[in-house]
Amino acid sequence: MDTRAARIGFGIATALVIAFLWIPILIIMAYAFNGSVLQTWPIQNLTLHWFHEAWIDEEARAALWLSVKVGLFATAVALVLGTAASFAISRFRFFGREGISFLLLLPLALPGIITGMALSSFDTWAGIRLSVLTIVIGHATFCVVVVYNNVLARLRRTSPSIVEASMDLGADGWQTFRFVIWPVISTALVAGGLLAFALSFDEVIVTTFTAGAQITLPIWILDNIERGQQLPIVNAVVFVVILLTVIPVVIAQRLTRDSGVLTGR
Amino acid sequence: MSEVAEAGPSSLRGARLRVSAALWRRPWLKVAALLALPVAAFAVVYLGALFSLFISSLWQVDSFTGKVVHTWSLDNFSTLIHDPIYRRIALRTIGIAALVTVTDAILAFPLAYFMARFAPPRWRAFLFVLVLLPLWSSYLVRIYAWRLILAKDGALNWALNGIGLPDANLAYTNKAMWIVFSYVWLPFMVLPVYAALERIPQSYLEASQDLGARGWRTFRTVILPLSLPGLVAGSIFTFSLTLGDFITPALVGGTDSQFIGNVVHNFVGISGNVPFAAAFATVPVIVMAIYLIIAKRLGAFEAL
Repeated sequence: MDTRAARIGFGIATALVIAFLWIPILIIMAYAFNGSVLQTWPIQNLTLHWFHEAWIDEEARAALWLSVKVGLFATAVALVLGTAASFAISRFRFFGREGISFLLLLPLALPGIITGMALSSFDTWAGIRLSVLTIVIGHATFCVVVVYNNVLARLRRTSPSIVEASMDLGADGWQTFRFVIWPVISTALVAGGLLAFALSFDEVIVTTFTAGAQITLPIWILDNIERGQQLPIVNAVVFVVILLTVIPVVIAQRLTRDSGVLTGR
Repeated sequence: MSEVAEAGPSSLRGARLRVSAALWRRPWLKVAALLALPVAAFAVVYLGALFSLFISSLWQVDSFTGKVVHTWSLDNFSTLIHDPIYRRIALRTIGIAALVTVTDAILAFPLAYFMARFAPPRWRAFLFVLVLLPLWSSYLVRIYAWRLILAKDGALNWALNGIGLPDANLAYTNKAMWIVFSYVWLPFMVLPVYAALERIPQSYLEASQDLGARGWRTFRTVILPLSLPGLVAGSIFTFSLTLGDFITPALVGGTDSQFIGNVVHNFVGISGNVPFAAAFATVPVIVMAIYLIIAKRLGAFEAL
């Protein structure tokens, strides 16, 4: 398959598939600068007006603030639970180890609607009122996996003997953690946290079931798209959302360049 | 005086050392301490939630009061099986999920193959980022983009008219759902296929060629079987994610495009019939369980 013809053929196919992946994203970003209130193509005149409108829109601001808050809380929960679990799974062999790692992966393997539906019926059942807390719990279920995978990948590549060496040299548990383990995992934690935040910030399926009357940014966007309301403002918000989800990923990719954690491997 | 001053920190350090040593000698204590919080949280919240989902699917809603009645029966499931509307929706969901999976496999393979075999290292890293960024950029936004592209005055018809073709009329159809699903989940297929292809040693291909297999034969008998675990791993994502979606049908689908997810969402949000929604939600769970068992047989978990 290494002939020149194959190389050219695969090259053209690659270019077409990459174009398929990127053209819609570029088009939707261009719509943010659309001077008209009608969403037609090609765009007739350009403006920055809608960014200003989006910035002063009270509902959009409230939704953005809620999404940031939920994202930060869910990320914090995910960092604590995901890191603890990844240490236990990577360093020790014990009964039920496979089961626990499967349990943590379950929210990613099952469709989001199952997680959402299950949490909403749990809340009804237990009489928990839907609030910011229920959104955070919902997001944390799948954010934990992201941190867990990131830290686990990092721990697998580091030799457990460095911990033993540190203890042999007289360090106690805290010193070993501070001077040996922390430098190894810190970038993986940052990367995992950024990805968890990006995932939470953009989540809509689980949120629709656990948010009640709360409006996160993706829910605000979805509502307006479905009703066809204030689409120019939505387009400006969408432009910012793309940047806010892509930038953390680029940073995370740089922090974990050689470990391929983003692919889940 | 000096003894007291020294005793403070050193006894603290002594205590820390004793704790460390105690934990070192009893690894099970460490495991328990590390796992207590995550496992408790997941067991209570996630498994508890799944359990309550299953339980509530066996309950009913009183048609007068609209309240959930805790009487046990399989009525919800028998409605699902016997009502042709729900059967149709379930089959549509599974059918489109399968079609999307095949489409993504066909689109992802050449890209993954080019990345793994032909692209120089620098290009490879660049292509990797080009696949990764759409994966992580907002999924809702990417569906919305297609809603505008496929619209009557959208970019697709503009491009078609530009080269002298008539309008495509894809907006709000099942075909639109097929395109959009294939689009949003494509990166999930590319990455595992790439990982599988990258692992095939060059010497296998040389051996195959030395033994007289031409390009196509090498592809069919060496490359394809070795990349199968990657394809299956990718298909778990594309299949499962399509199965549970309701945003795409709502935004780009038409009047006859309801998915299982839309029915579940409507029953929970609009009519408040959680038991029936829960019963319908078990359908994707069962389908995924069967799919995962088959995938495990095909060795997909080693490729994840």
